[in-house]
Amino acid sequence: MKTAAPPPPAMREFWENLRAAPRRIVETAFRSGKPTTDRTRSTFVFGNVFLHLHSVRTHRWSLRWTTTMGLGIASLSAFLITLVTGVLLMFYYKPYPDAAYVSMKDIHFVVPTGRFIRNIHRWAANVMVVTVILHMARAFFTASYRKPREFNWLIGMGLLVTTLALSFTGYLLPWDQLAYWAITIGANIAQSPREVTDSLGITEWFDPGGLQRLILLGSDVVGAEALIRFYLWHVMILPLALAALIAVHFWRVRKDGGLARPADADQRLGPPPGETYPIFTEAPAKTYHLAAIVRGRTPLVGRGPENTVPSMPHLFYAELGVLMLTVCLCLVLALVSDAPLKELANPAVPENPAKAPWYFLGLQELVSFSAFMGGLGIPLVVLLGLGLIPYLDREEAGSGEWFGGPGGWPLVRASIALGLGASVVVEAVAIRFGWIREWFPKAPQLIVTLVNPGTVLALIYALYSVWLVRRYNSARAGALGLFTCFLCGFLVLTVIGTYFRGPNWVFYWSPADWPGH
Amino acid sequence: MTVTPKPPGSRLDPEPVPRRDVLGLASIWSAAAALLFSLFGMLRLPKAAVLSSPSKKFRVTLPDTLPAGEALLPPGRSVAVFRDAGGVYAISTICTHLGCVVKPIPEGFECPCHGSRFAPDGSVTKGPAPVALAWRKVSGSGSTWIVDEGATVPAGAKVAS
Repeated sequence: MKTAAPPPPAMREFWENLRAAPRRIVETAFRSGKPTTDRTRSTFVFGNVFLHLHSVRTHRWSLRWTTTMGLGIASLSAFLITLVTGVLLMFYYKPYPDAAYVSMKDIHFVVPTGRFIRNIHRWAANVMVVTVILHMARAFFTASYRKPREFNWLIGMGLLVTTLALSFTGYLLPWDQLAYWAITIGANIAQSPREVTDSLGITEWFDPGGLQRLILLGSDVVGAEALIRFYLWHVMILPLALAALIAVHFWRVRKDGGLARPADADQRLGPPPGETYPIFTEAPAKTYHLAAIVRGRTPLVGRGPENTVPSMPHLFYAELGVLMLTVCLCLVLALVSDAPLKELANPAVPENPAKAPWYFLGLQELVSFSAFMGGLGIPLVVLLGLGLIPYLDREEAGSGEWFGGPGGWPLVRASIALGLGASVVVEAVAIRFGWIREWFPKAPQLIVTLVNPGTVLALIYALYSVWLVRRYNSARAGALGLFTCFLCGFLVLTVIGTYFRGPNWVFYWSPADWPGH
Repeated sequence: MTVTPKPPGSRLDPEPVPRRDVLGLASIWSAAAALLFSLFGMLRLPKAAVLSSPSKKFRVTLPDTLPAGEALLPPGRSVAVFRDAGGVYAISTICTHLGCVVKPIPEGFECPCHGSRFAPDGSVTKGPAPVALAWRKVSGSGSTWIVDEGATVPAGAKVAS
């Protein structure tokens, strides 16, 4: 009896390797095994190019709900949602006047799930604006911008500006009436330095406003060139910039020693629950001696990792939860409310009133006093002031605490009252009695530009803040007052622009009082 | 010949800059300069040399029945053409505030976007507009006129009809 010759070893090996290939692909993709021990949990994080933006271990304080409220991750989640839905919309969108509008109609009425995807895109963008602003407020009120996190505050401001620019370029694309007149107004705000150069009579030689408008529009009229440029900004330049800034922002959170926390965070947290957070369940393969030569007051030096937990799973599961909540929120909003699409752009007839989305209506209220000061001057001063905050407030008291620092919550409460009150009063005066042009028709334009309700309000806030610095002998107190006032002014202007402005930007108590056509 | 030994330098003395550092710094700065210049070159591209806008000159026929001081709005153009005892003139309907289209009203012009008001001669009477509406160049005679939206003339320059 002859037995079959055994297959040559190479062949056997081939089949075995083929069978094992799927398992090995998975193994090699995740460079370490299952994250079950402290060590594999660590390698799970720093062995992954995306996850290693996080630190390997997270302080228990950072995981408390009240520390961050998940706002940063929520804005990242909203950005990811807009990224996915935006790419889907690009399958059908055509960036050419009139064709753009028709393709929006197609997306709305013909494309399977098109309307839903567009609604999600629009709502995620709105959610992103809200969460970015709230996240900034959180970082400010918990004094998290202080050393060594000053520069990350600046990056965060870059993210805020980029987010708003993405929103602005986004609602221009449908080429409906809103889009057309928003581009027109935006381009003319870019041109508004002429308001100053005209008053000085130097526009002929020095015209930065005209140059900005020309580069923005690619032409001297709003048309195909302008649309393709805004499209390029919206789908390419700004998302890339935003993604790069996000990566640096997250990386800096890690490098700057995790989230800010109070000096006595460890005592307030108490001892970690014994069995819950095992540390070094096996002999560590790495020592932490390198940490000893790190310069400066890195929060972990000398304190050891006692109050930290592995980021996998504790932090990542929390982040996943925030992502899912954000997705749910956007889906529900998209189901409840459709993204607007007005009539086809008509260069002959502006909408009346022509209103931007809500987050720009505060700005629109400001430009209704002066294009240059409202559209460029005051926003630039506000950005400059916000950017300087971490470099002027070098104090330590209250870091990581809500409303931490001299004054605390009572000061913030008083500032809310003043911020709301001052903006309402200034607006009421401007609405009821008019402003310089009505009082002194012959006043020079430079005065009208420089002294308008917006600048007066900014000046009141600035003086109040200086007074707070002297009263409490603390830059943080001034910053608390200024930032609170700034938020309140933004709120009041936005509400007035949204609900109380009608045709010709006239004040009405209710849209029911608007004159008919 | 006696050789005077160099005094021993302190280790705190700064090291002299070696020549290679000069070369190295020069190469780094020349690389930076080259990149900067290429950036300027790239920045030239977005500024269009030829603007793709339609012709700004157009012909308009003024009906004999046009009342004095009443605006004629040629479709697709952003000027209002008038005729009165002084002659024919054209005023831009682009608001000088933020570029919305103003509407002729009996008291002059009114901007729907932010409530600027202009007198019949285009000067600002109310609102945020910084300068008066521009007067455009008009030429011709009889009932046919040529308006040039690209050419501005001083306010009050009417062309006798």
